[in-house]
Amino acid sequence: MNEVLRVEGLGKKFGGLEILRDVSFTVTQGERRAFIGPNGAGKTTLFNMIAGDLAPTAGKIRFFGEDITHVPNYKRVRKGMVRTFQKNNLLNELTVLDNLLLALQKFAGVENVWYRLRSPKNFSHLYKKADELLDTWGLAHRRDTVVKHLSYGEQRQVEILLGIATEPKVLLLDEPTAGMSASETQHILQLLQNMPRDLTLLIIEHDMDVVFGLADRVTLLHNGGIFLEGDPQTIQSDSRVYEIYFGKEEV
Amino acid sequence: MDIFAIQLVNGLSYGFLLFIITCGLSLTFGIMGVLNLAHGSLYMVGAYLALTVTRDIAPSFWAALVIAPILVAVISLIIEFVLLRPTYRLGHLSQVLMTFGLAYIIHDVVRMIWGASIQSLNMPPELSGSVELFGQVFPVYRLAVVGFGLAVAVVLWLLQEKTRWGAIIRAGLTNKEMVSGLGINIKLVFSVVFAIGGLLAGIGGVAAGPVLGLYPSMEFEVLILALVILVVGGLGSIAGTLLASLLVGILDTFGRVMFPEISLIIIFGIMAVVLIVKPTGLLGKQVH
Amino acid sequence: MNATLRRIGLAILLIALCAVPYLVSAYGLSIMTEILIFSVFALSLNILVGYTGLVSLGHAAYFGVGAYTASLVAIHFSNNLFLTLICALIISAIVAFIIGFFCSRVSGFYFLMLTLAFSQMIYGLVYRWGKLTGGDNGLSGVPRPALLGDLLIRTPVQIYYLIFVVFAIVLLVLNILLRSPLGQIFVGIRENEARVRSMGYNTTLYKNLAFVIAGALGGVAGSLYSYFNGFVSPKDVYWTLSGEALIMVLIGGAGTLIGPVLGAAFLVLLETTLSSYTDSWMLIVGATFILFVVFLPKGIVSIGPLLVRILRVPKRRPAPARSAEAQDIKAGIEQNGVGT
Repeated sequence: MNEVLRVEGLGKKFGGLEILRDVSFTVTQGERRAFIGPNGAGKTTLFNMIAGDLAPTAGKIRFFGEDITHVPNYKRVRKGMVRTFQKNNLLNELTVLDNLLLALQKFAGVENVWYRLRSPKNFSHLYKKADELLDTWGLAHRRDTVVKHLSYGEQRQVEILLGIATEPKVLLLDEPTAGMSASETQHILQLLQNMPRDLTLLIIEHDMDVVFGLADRVTLLHNGGIFLEGDPQTIQSDSRVYEIYFGKEEV
Repeated sequence: MDIFAIQLVNGLSYGFLLFIITCGLSLTFGIMGVLNLAHGSLYMVGAYLALTVTRDIAPSFWAALVIAPILVAVISLIIEFVLLRPTYRLGHLSQVLMTFGLAYIIHDVVRMIWGASIQSLNMPPELSGSVELFGQVFPVYRLAVVGFGLAVAVVLWLLQEKTRWGAIIRAGLTNKEMVSGLGINIKLVFSVVFAIGGLLAGIGGVAAGPVLGLYPSMEFEVLILALVILVVGGLGSIAGTLLASLLVGILDTFGRVMFPEISLIIIFGIMAVVLIVKPTGLLGKQVH
Repeated sequence: MNATLRRIGLAILLIALCAVPYLVSAYGLSIMTEILIFSVFALSLNILVGYTGLVSLGHAAYFGVGAYTASLVAIHFSNNLFLTLICALIISAIVAFIIGFFCSRVSGFYFLMLTLAFSQMIYGLVYRWGKLTGGDNGLSGVPRPALLGDLLIRTPVQIYYLIFVVFAIVLLVLNILLRSPLGQIFVGIRENEARVRSMGYNTTLYKNLAFVIAGALGGVAGSLYSYFNGFVSPKDVYWTLSGEALIMVLIGGAGTLIGPVLGAAFLVLLETTLSSYTDSWMLIVGATFILFVVFLPKGIVSIGPLLVRILRVPKRRPAPARSAEAQDIKAGIEQNGVGT
């Protein structure tokens, strides 16, 4: 079981405000790790730093043993560290297919081709791969729909799909089921459960059904630090977790 | 030493004129988010209106100094109401482009009404002489402009820091949503702000008339310098705008006289350096 | 618009343009030549504005650099067409590379202002090197380009065809490039740079690339202008030219292939024909621009689809048949309990 991600003493300060302090943890290959905690605990900030969208003010990040603390975000993607966004961050005026092709063309190595049109005839392998992904995720019927015309739930799916299309080794999912209905959430959960075991998943989630349906390990963040870490059952049975979310009962 | 002192006064007075004009631009850009590319045009209209006032209404520079800017403010209100208010939903860039089209329109309208030849505004006789200070002879008008500019700077600063309107404007510069969330009528604020911007441009036009002259494309020359000042001085800071205005005014004046070929390069070079190193300007706050 | 239709459209356009010298007067030919020159210029700006989403107010710099470079090479070294064109292209590309390096690091208002600042610095350079560039008087007596040795391209018709050939090459290359995988990266950056970055693209690099391509083609337009005009002056580097290029792109239709061409045609025609009737062509251009920004933000190219939408009468569904036969069938169904 090798270590894919090691976070050491990670911290983030904005001026005088300390969002995260001395966060350290390790994730092994194939692990499904859920990050939970009340709003403002710093979960998204943590993901932003792991993905490279935000620079930490303290600490180190190791990816497959390599120190990537100062590696720019787009380079981390190429190494296999991919993130999705909490708020849908898609190319809204383009079709689902165009969004997907843009992600796929990079990993097929054809992104710099300027002398041929990007069409099914010229790049059939890209289009085939896109169709396969869309089929697996049940979005084939939305292939040629402009993203801004999709329902919120469908956009969220495209958000995750783009993450997968980028061939991740480690996928950071920031609240993938946010704002989805129960049936949509179930659908996503199943798809996530079916993901290959050599892919490592880090998920920020508020929906406990998803956490228990998916996670091998759970990390609870509170007040900018790791409060508790363990398997889902341990976390669930710890009374302090309840207090963190709902406050101490007045005696 | 003679030339230096005179050019310094010229540069300072030019700087103060640019300051008054740029404050209007900075205000509308900071509050409304619209970079009014017709701002130079409003300055030009102010100058030409002053010309008409002194020729056809009352041969008094002072009357023009009062009437012309007010007229420009009224014109600005009309522009805001007709052109900008119905189109806020189109976004900032669209509105900037519209002001660009407006500048083209005003250019021709002014030319149609007042003609294309170079004209000048007469100085008020009280200020047209020269005076001796520290053994140097200076034109009174230029010194008066410096004094006037200082006064305007102080007034603007007081208004911004000490009055309710000023508080709204300072808040609006940093957080528009908050201002409208506080129940303040944002549409009214926009209209007033745009009118004040026009007023300042008009004042600048009248004050500059006797020294800079009136001619076609005067508005674009002033506009581009105002943009430089905006960038270098930064938004939201009267002190920053003043500092940058004086810098540009002095550089441009000395540049024309002593090293005309590179003054342009220096001025825009400073603008480029500021944008690259400290985009918010010497003393400015963040642009949204 | 499907591929065959597009190819046919482009073919028709190019064939029509080929025939122009036989269809118009000498004055008309000069207007058409100018239209093609500024089409190339607008097409180059479109790469930045329409495709990569970088609104630049400094594109005149490349036009000027290209025009002055081609002219100076022709005057001082050789008026060989390929030499002057390639020099103009390379120098413009280098200038674009340097300027783009700085501009790619900022965005929005700052980007707009920085492109303006650099462009005005180049304008200042023209005066600084006045001995070379002729300063305010401009550079006159630029020799006509020579194809090979002494084979001069001199007559208006020859010059038109030269410019037409370059225009056609640029148009066809951009037709492919802008819809190639690379071109789609530009579009992605325009739509959502953060997302494209999170797909693993070094977006700064691609913005630089767009800048260099746009600058190089802008320089090509400038050199074409020097062949046509024989005279280059500082106003060919002044920021108002950048503004006009922006107007061409936006009125024509940013982000489309043919839009900038239509916009260039529109503006050149407006300026040349209007100015023979009235001195107030700026007023008309300004008013037209405002109208386009408000009512036709997608430009002239959107007029076609708009008309189609307006003119297409919605089909009405025929009312359900109330014949006796239908009633019987309905009764029968209800009797048998099939369906509700």
